[in-house]
Amino acid sequence: MKKSFKLSELDCANCAAKMEAGINKLKAVEHATISFMTKRLTLECAEEKLEEVLGDAQKVISKIERDCKIVR
Amino acid sequence: MTKKQKRELAFLLLCGGLYALAIVTDNVWFYYLAYGVVGATIFAESIRGVFHAQMLDENFLMTIASLGAIYVGEYSEAIAVLLFYRVGTFFEHYAVNNSRDSISSLLSIRADYATKLVDGQEVEVEPEDLQLGDIIVVKAGEKIPVDSRIIKGSSSLDTSALTGESLPRLANEGEDVISGSVNLDGLLTLEVTSLYEDSTVAKILELVEVSASRKANVEKFITKFAKYYTPIVVALAASLIVIPTLIYGISGIDTWIYRAMVFLVISCPCALVISVPLSLFAGVGSASKAGILVKGSNYLEEIAKINTMAFDKTGTITTGRFSIDKVLPANGIKETDLLTAAYVCESKSNHPLAKAVTGECKLKLDAMAISTDTLIPTEYTEKSGKGITCTFEGKTFGCGNSKLMEDLGIDVDSNISSKTGSIIHLSASEQYLGSMILSDTLRPEAKESLAELKAEGIKNLVMLTGDSQAAAREIASEVGIDTVKSQLLPAGKVDAVEGILADSKNHLAFVGDGINDAPVLARANVGIAMGAFGSDAAIEAADIVIMADDLRLLPKLFKISKKTMAICRANIVFALGVKAIILALGALGIASMWVAVFGDVGVSVIAILNSMRALRMGSK
Repeated sequence: MKKSFKLSELDCANCAAKMEAGINKLKAVEHATISFMTKRLTLECAEEKLEEVLGDAQKVISKIERDCKIVR
Repeated sequence: MTKKQKRELAFLLLCGGLYALAIVTDNVWFYYLAYGVVGATIFAESIRGVFHAQMLDENFLMTIASLGAIYVGEYSEAIAVLLFYRVGTFFEHYAVNNSRDSISSLLSIRADYATKLVDGQEVEVEPEDLQLGDIIVVKAGEKIPVDSRIIKGSSSLDTSALTGESLPRLANEGEDVISGSVNLDGLLTLEVTSLYEDSTVAKILELVEVSASRKANVEKFITKFAKYYTPIVVALAASLIVIPTLIYGISGIDTWIYRAMVFLVISCPCALVISVPLSLFAGVGSASKAGILVKGSNYLEEIAKINTMAFDKTGTITTGRFSIDKVLPANGIKETDLLTAAYVCESKSNHPLAKAVTGECKLKLDAMAISTDTLIPTEYTEKSGKGITCTFEGKTFGCGNSKLMEDLGIDVDSNISSKTGSIIHLSASEQYLGSMILSDTLRPEAKESLAELKAEGIKNLVMLTGDSQAAAREIASEVGIDTVKSQLLPAGKVDAVEGILADSKNHLAFVGDGINDAPVLARANVGIAMGAFGSDAAIEAADIVIMADDLRLLPKLFKISKKTMAICRANIVFALGVKAIILALGALGIASMWVAVFGDVGVSVIAILNSMRALRMGSK
């Protein structure tokens, strides 16, 4: 399943790249991209794992940029 | 400016004041005060970063660099590094936000509200809240919020935001209208035929937003590069302290620490990481403005590499609107029988030829007072690339090209030939009924557009068609096509494309109408659908969608792509060049920290401004 989310307060391009790398390392994630320009996270993962993945992805993101939130 | 930005600006002014005070009074305590105020959040962030194992975070590196400067007694520079880092970051955010806004304003096709009629009263609602069958009114100057059908009124519609085409389209009662068009005059009463999320506007916006997730190679390269750049520069900085100290002894360490700090200041690859996707996205944005939807920045990158283009003939090089030139009944056959047979066979098909035949036969039969209502075939089969067979009133009819007639074992009149037209033969049971010649017209802009493509560096223009060789050749030489592959069945087009791609030097773009040629669109390096305005299937199938029915947009697409890639390259060379020079000068002790701060944030801002040039290509 592929789903995309807005990211609020994404301010730094290099951080976006780091977040993308970090989220791609999560086990349940098949593929993830973050577009700094459109402030969008696109996630591919199993539907039933989505909530878990979003939680973990938020943790990865918060570590890199504190104010950045996945908008659900 | 957002609230957050305004606060930051006020804060920066305060810091600037404190810094000036410190310089004027030259009091060490004022220096510490200014340093503490400017640096507080940067220090906090860097400590947080260390706890989260983000050692090479920009804040952390800046903190170390400024502490290094304090250690060697350069108080003024320690503050300047932090202050200008913040000022630069502030400009960077401001510029990025502005660019985001200007790109999205290119796509201002969404209506902000819809006016719904409830019991005769006008109520303003969100376009998302409209339901199928709702009645809405759109006044002059307003955008059509969702795809709908006109139930009252007529108007001319400006579709330029969607198609880039400036000529207004006329829309009358009963016609479907596309969301995002602007009603130029007259009052339209519409019935909603599609929810907002299924409407053209929502699809286009979604497409452009998602396009940024298909990253171009240059962007992937930069991200990868950034990953190694920072650690390498930091390692160089460390060795710049350690190695000379080992050689020259501890006494000169202050000089080397200062030079190492210069390295740390420019160790962030931000200029590159921001400017490349920004240029690409601005390129995608300006293409959208021209009515060209690019479904990923990778395709924009790919276009610049294309050297071979293949075109579908019907509907791409030609208009695809056929008309019957001649009706040629065989000996002893009445014209009405031929027309009836043609109508029976073709009425169920969606092929462009069939539609033309059905339409014109109906007109002719109506004129002869023959009703077409009862002419409904049974046992209908469509043979791809050949024609149609069906049963009607106990007879088996055949309608198609000479290959079909061969299959049916029917001899055709071999004297009939046509240079530019398509020939349709008809048979009833074993009997040959005659033929019809249909012709198609060239697009008026075809010749000039193909010539421009040649000028853009396309070496080989190929035409793929199911037509006879003679007809295809004639058209090809008229518009300047280099290679013709004729008499192709739909599967043959895929083979032809495979053949071109077998030579790895060829980068192929295929241009078609996006409806019958989905497999070919998918197989080519870039699949381009033409004239896709209002056709979801075509938007779905292609990598790049040209909304208007205008071949001149193809050379435009190449120009946008090449300019965008040139801007990307310029940014990469500029950013890397400046950083390399500053690193070299820094190691030699020529570049000060001031220069390094410029190398970090100054370069970012310049690269961002340069990227925005990619935005200005959409308008004509």
